Amino acid sequence: MSRLRAMLSTTAVRLSALYLGLFALCAVALVFYVTSISVGMQHDRTQEIILSELRVVAGSYRRSGITGLVRTIERRSRQPGANLYAISTPSGELIAGNISSIAPGVLDLEGWTSTPFRYSRLGDGDDEEHLALAQVIGLPNGMRLMVGRDIGEREQVRGLVRQALVRALAIMFAGALAIWFFVGRRALKRIDHMSEASKKILAGDLSQRLPVNGSGDEFDRLSLSLNTMLGRIERLNEGLRQVSDNIAHDLKTPLTRLRNRAEAALSADGGAAAQQEALEQMIADSDQLIRTFNALLMISRVEAGSSTAQMSDVDLSGLAQDASELYEPVAEEQGVKLTARIAPGISIRGNRELLAQALSNLIDNAIKYVGDAPAPEIGVALHRSGDEVRLTVTDNGPGVPANRREDVVKRFVRLDESRSKPGTGLGLSLVHAVAALHGGHLLLDDAQPEAGDNPGLAATMVLPGGK
Amino acid sequence: MKILIIEDDLETAAYLSKAFREAGITVDHASDGDSGYFLASENSYDALVVDRMLPKRDGLSIISELRAKGDDTPALILSALGQVDDRVTGLRAGGDDYLTKPYAFSELLARIEILGRRKGGREQETTYRVGDLELDRLSHEVRRAGQPIPLQPREYRLLEYLMKNAGQVVTRTMLLEHVWDYHFDPQTNVIDVHISRLRSKIEKDFGEPLLRTVRGAGYMMKAGG
Repeated sequence: MSRLRAMLSTTAVRLSALYLGLFALCAVALVFYVTSISVGMQHDRTQEIILSELRVVAGSYRRSGITGLVRTIERRSRQPGANLYAISTPSGELIAGNISSIAPGVLDLEGWTSTPFRYSRLGDGDDEEHLALAQVIGLPNGMRLMVGRDIGEREQVRGLVRQALVRALAIMFAGALAIWFFVGRRALKRIDHMSEASKKILAGDLSQRLPVNGSGDEFDRLSLSLNTMLGRIERLNEGLRQVSDNIAHDLKTPLTRLRNRAEAALSADGGAAAQQEALEQMIADSDQLIRTFNALLMISRVEAGSSTAQMSDVDLSGLAQDASELYEPVAEEQGVKLTARIAPGISIRGNRELLAQALSNLIDNAIKYVGDAPAPEIGVALHRSGDEVRLTVTDNGPGVPANRREDVVKRFVRLDESRSKPGTGLGLSLVHAVAALHGGHLLLDDAQPEAGDNPGLAATMVLPGGK
Repeated sequence: MKILIIEDDLETAAYLSKAFREAGITVDHASDGDSGYFLASENSYDALVVDRMLPKRDGLSIISELRAKGDDTPALILSALGQVDDRVTGLRAGGDDYLTKPYAFSELLARIEILGRRKGGREQETTYRVGDLELDRLSHEVRRAGQPIPLQPREYRLLEYLMKNAGQVVTRTMLLEHVWDYHFDPQTNVIDVHISRLRSKIEKDFGEPLLRTVRGAGYMMKAGG
């Protein structure tokens, strides 16, 4: 019952009811118009025929008097499909013509009969009555002449048209019902499927998608855009989940270490100096923790794309120049040669802070991991290639084996298992996220594949656009 | 110097007040937005320390309302929201500096001391002098004991910022922000390396060291003692 009510309240049903109503109205109006016109035309034609008959009959009357008239009428009466003729005496008795009976009073008034009247034709059964239109003329001796025409045909047409109207209305109604039933029910079903799917999604199953049947109709388009939205929500959710997993797994360890250090310091016998040292170490540890925490938050915010609001034109050449300049002394101090090959005048639409941070993460990594190569060297290069901008940091260190390149981009993944170098294990994750935020990607490759043991790493941020 | 701390966490506020007093700074404290705004508009302070999220009234709205009234007391915003865009909104609301929680007190102190003295301002001075070191802001020339010292543009800006705030502690992050316009932590000792380069240029062959390292805090330009 509620299903029926739900169906009656659907848009499809309401629309088809409206269409049905409008169509019926138009059809009725059209039918009335057509019948009234055709009926009028037939009326005029009937009168014309009667008038021309009258002219013939009147001619024979003028030529040969009443006898001639009677003769003409008798002759014409016998012709097939004859019109109606009657001559009556003043007392109303029918003396000639092809009519056996006529509605009373028709012959009393001269001129056109105002309304169709009933009559019976000679030779027909007594009970057969027809409708006719006629002109009545008074003859000088008190007799009456009536020439008329059956209008049964006209009435038949009118009846046919009415019947057709009723049938058409019935068909239209049946059609509308069918449309109601199929379209409405189909739409209802699809909406039911959609709400089922969304209930599952609500219940937490973000991998669910709304059904798409490939017809490309409104429902499909709605489902598709909702699905795109769901995909994005799922990715964001996945990111959040990963952050909380990371916090659980990778922040617990340093926190535990911090706590152990505090405990050890409390029970230390080394006196004030040892405690002082322990405290300083604890501050350093907490700073590292905070740094990790901030980096994590930053990555998930970049991945969520919330920084897109702060996009502006960034002079990438200047930015790369600045970063190289900032790190050049650091590299030099560690015996690493830093070379910059930066094409001038390249700018892109982006977030300067994030791009600068991503680039400094890459340079920082390069300096850190170029390691013990015989002549450690890193390069910062910026150039345009087609409609892309490539910002590359290379080193000639041990590089990253091809099968680990996907991993190192993940959070907290470090190739250096002993974790002897300082760092959060988040540097490349941020670079990756920043590149993605700008519609680009991070490409990791050998810097010098032919160099055997030390193929080096070429980390390239491939960014679209630029001018 | 007298400052107002608007901070709703009482423990933090007590710790900050004590630490500032030990550094010789007078402190008033308000624990919610309304009383903070009231105190800030009734009294005259050298600087405000405003927590971004406060009960009753948002920290940013306090600052923007003070600015709308023409009050330009320097304000430092403390916030747990530390992302690029948060800082931009903070500064746009009229804040003069932005520090993300958690922070080292030495960092906050250094920034407040510089903000608090900014009112007097050395912006107009065309020549900075520390001991026998001279920096001409018009010709971009640096001399020590009358002898010209050639500097790279970035080294010049580093020295300019240090000399402008002579006698104050300047932290590594402050240098990164003002000299390189970087608002993130590069995780390496980049600044230390630049400082030591600069130091070798301005101090080698000259007697008295002027650019000092303040342990656990940053650097300070200072002559004598």
